[in-house]
Amino acid sequence: MLNAVREVIVKHVLSALLGAATLLGAAPSVAQTSLTIATVNNGDMIRMQALTNEFTAKNPDITVKWVTLEENVLRQRVTTDIATKGGQFDVLTIGTYEVPIWAKKNWLIPLDNLGPDYDAADLLPKIRDAVSVSGQLYAAPFYGESSMVMYRTDLFQKAGLTMPEKPTWDFVIDAAKKLTDKSGGVFGICLRGKAGWGENMAFLTAMSNSFGARWFDEKWQPQFDKPEWKKTLSTYVDLMKAAGPPGASSNGFNENLALFNSGKCGMWIDATVAASFVTNPKDSKVADKVGFALAPNAGLGKNANWLWAWNLAIPAGSKKTAAAEKFIAWATSKDYTRLVASKEGWANVPPGTRTSLYQNPEYLKVAPFAGLTLASIDAADPNKPTVQSVPYVGVQYAAIPEFQGIGTSVGQQFSAALAGSSTVDAALAAAQTATEREMKRAGYIK
Amino acid sequence: MATQQTQVLGRALLTPAVALLFIWMIVPLAMTVYFSTLHYSLLDAETWSFVGLENFRYFLTDPAFLTALRNTLVLVGSVLAITILLGTPLALLLDQQVVGRSIVRLMVIAPFFVMPTVSALVWKNLLMHPVSGLFAWVATLVGATPIDWFNDVPLFAVILIVAWQWLPFATLILLTALQSQDEEQKEAAEMDGASALSTFIYLTLPHLARPITVVILIETIFLLTVFAEIFVTTGGGPGLATTNIAFLIYTQALVQYDVGNASAGGLVAVVIANIVAFFLVRIVGRNLEA
Repeated sequence: MLNAVREVIVKHVLSALLGAATLLGAAPSVAQTSLTIATVNNGDMIRMQALTNEFTAKNPDITVKWVTLEENVLRQRVTTDIATKGGQFDVLTIGTYEVPIWAKKNWLIPLDNLGPDYDAADLLPKIRDAVSVSGQLYAAPFYGESSMVMYRTDLFQKAGLTMPEKPTWDFVIDAAKKLTDKSGGVFGICLRGKAGWGENMAFLTAMSNSFGARWFDEKWQPQFDKPEWKKTLSTYVDLMKAAGPPGASSNGFNENLALFNSGKCGMWIDATVAASFVTNPKDSKVADKVGFALAPNAGLGKNANWLWAWNLAIPAGSKKTAAAEKFIAWATSKDYTRLVASKEGWANVPPGTRTSLYQNPEYLKVAPFAGLTLASIDAADPNKPTVQSVPYVGVQYAAIPEFQGIGTSVGQQFSAALAGSSTVDAALAAAQTATEREMKRAGYIK
Repeated sequence: MATQQTQVLGRALLTPAVALLFIWMIVPLAMTVYFSTLHYSLLDAETWSFVGLENFRYFLTDPAFLTALRNTLVLVGSVLAITILLGTPLALLLDQQVVGRSIVRLMVIAPFFVMPTVSALVWKNLLMHPVSGLFAWVATLVGATPIDWFNDVPLFAVILIVAWQWLPFATLILLTALQSQDEEQKEAAEMDGASALSTFIYLTLPHLARPITVVILIETIFLLTVFAEIFVTTGGGPGLATTNIAFLIYTQALVQYDVGNASAGGLVAVVIANIVAFFLVRIVGRNLEA
């Protein structure tokens, strides 16, 4: 019995020692680098994951491990990891919101080593700005988006309406009411109502910009007590009451996409990436009846469009920078776009990051929304998002660390106004108090 | 009979286990107390500072706090009422001799084994959805307008889901108690000509007092921390309609990454739980001593 135990121990110790020896001896020839990549479970990222083999075939010394999560969970995991210097991930998928904040904290490695084929000059200027700090790239955009109006051409024709190229809010409101046929299950307009800084507040902030509102004045004083916000929120609530679907206060991007694809919405104002989903006959009942237009304006020189991109970045302190850079260069390159096109068709390539894509006749042929996507991205300016001047960067958010919390609690108030459990005035007053409290606590205002 | 020596030895041998348990309990608590006195945000981790009781003041004066406290108490109270008021007759029914009793019992108890997130999803998307849910379908069949549950009566909707999950627990406890009831006493009552109702009031109900106390105590402990059902269905909203203390702490810690404030909130929650437990033990706990 004892002998058997001793035998086992000896065997294990020996094999461990042997293993260490071979590892030491052989290390220089087969140095395997294992990259852990955190990403969001959006369609384009899932596709990238499926194409990983193409990357590892070219780079046999790199293996790739994926951690794919839903947006909110990903953000929590990635933020806690980088803030506590956990070092779980070698490549992070982050939004344009995080890039300037994290870059200033030196949490990200500047990306100036992406190789000769990367062609940073080809990136759309607005997107490149959004992921750079003082001209230095800190993240590589994977896909980019703005917002625009998607509408049903057949319903518009039936109602005798013509969508202008640059619609005003007055037109949109009027059209939404005319298109609504509640007994027939058609609602004039579907908009986000689910609380969250990236859900209803993304839309409402973009909308408020077109009405001349802003989050903070130059002294970081919250502006919800100003008439511009009141006009924004009451217009939104009235419009949704008159022409929106039931249960709108729990509808986010995905819920509205499902509603639009099943033919229940006359118009939908949301992300430009949705364009390829609503025109895809496999998912959409109304694929051949969708038209596009710029996000509405109120004649003040700003449209209700936002600017967003999902990007790949490397956390500071990563010990596998070289391999991570290789991966990022591969996944955000023009070659990757061509690879997706050859496997899945041009309509499915990640949009909104490169000028060359919008000059590619093959893409323009299958993507009727390409021109408007580009125009919408161009119309958004993260450095000057509002009519009046503001101290923050970002179109549909303010790029300060506190914004996620503030945006979500303000979003809660606004969803209550939409649900009818609170009035517009009460919601605005509550938003003002909550934001003031948070900003005082964070030391922006005294 | 233990001599003094063996007593000392016994204690000495117990010490490691007790010490381990103590550390197990005290370290997280001490950490929480420590963090609750810091201005410490994960997003700004390098500039943390000692702020004393500032976090508590901030958490307690949060406009959302009183609403959250009220929601918590309404939620716990309603679910307790529903599970006991429905659980008692259910237990009485299940106590009868019927065909396929074991199958029926299994079905009644099943909801308790469904994970909270799963049951919340099922209720949200399959039952309560205002356009495609089962209730909406039934409502349109009889010509009524479907109720937009999570929009119009959000807290009630959450209460229904949680009560559905906890009803089996109450039923199960009450059923086991019923089965230990003295049959001869019931027979005697019957022979004396007592009605079913008075048998229930004068014999069964006093017999059930103790198990009901147990149900109230145990359910309260778990219901104070209901989270998954709220997170999945309403996200605390609309507005603050379904935000309870547990959810409020979650939004402080994970949406705002404010460790200090969330720790303070956690300690406040512990105090609230203790206050509730204190009154509960005083009011209903007396039953347990009899």
